[in-house]
Amino acid sequence: MANTFELIASSTVGAGGASSIDFTSIPSTYTDLAIYLSARQSRSEVVSNTRIEFNGSSANLSCRYLQGTGSAAVSSSSASYLFAASPANTATANTFGNSYIYIPNYAGSTNKSVSWDAVTETNATGAEAYLVAGLWSNTAAITSIKLSSLSSDNFMQYSTAYLYGVKNA
Amino acid sequence: MPNPTRIEINCETGVESIIELTDAEVAELAYQAELAAEKKAEEDAKAEADAAAKAALLDRLGITADEAKLLLA
Repeated sequence: MANTFELIASSTVGAGGASSIDFTSIPSTYTDLAIYLSARQSRSEVVSNTRIEFNGSSANLSCRYLQGTGSAAVSSSSASYLFAASPANTATANTFGNSYIYIPNYAGSTNKSVSWDAVTETNATGAEAYLVAGLWSNTAAITSIKLSSLSSDNFMQYSTAYLYGVKNA
Repeated sequence: MPNPTRIEINCETGVESIIELTDAEVAELAYQAELAAEKKAEEDAKAEADAAAKAALLDRLGITADEAKLLLA
């Protein structure tokens, strides 16, 4: 059981929006990483997808996910991306979705597993929940993380990302 | 109109930079969006086709998904 969370870095998106939030030069001194993301995307939809990439590489990412849409439950997978849902710009104004991303053994020399749970927010139909099991098939230590929109839209103002290091997990 | 920006936070120094994307990076973003939409559509279509094939097979066998699970347990 984890017993120490230390905030490594955080960011809040400013007025112009941001196409990505990139954490670089992540120290290797923790056992695990955890990210709390509160996000809303500029896409003209109720829901959009947020993707994660490591060390500047978009290759060898995959995931399997359970998706609840409010009217259906779906189990699916991606052989190309590691992602989960965020609300987008036709969701109820000023609402943001939450994500919790956990990356154990991020500095080790094995492939990197990722768990990610996410909910979107809107006071109408179309809100979604995701539970994601992800994999980056790469044995390099993770030194940078990029969060961005799968559809290349922007994170909107007041979206926030907090990166924590976990010790003695 | 200026290009979109990205936020980069150096975790060693704590310095946050807001960096305007180059034209090449903007073009790459547009390409990645198209690629992602195509791949996602392909994967969703495959998942739907797999689910339909599974349902058709169960129908042909005359058993439910739960009964199929029992057989495989």
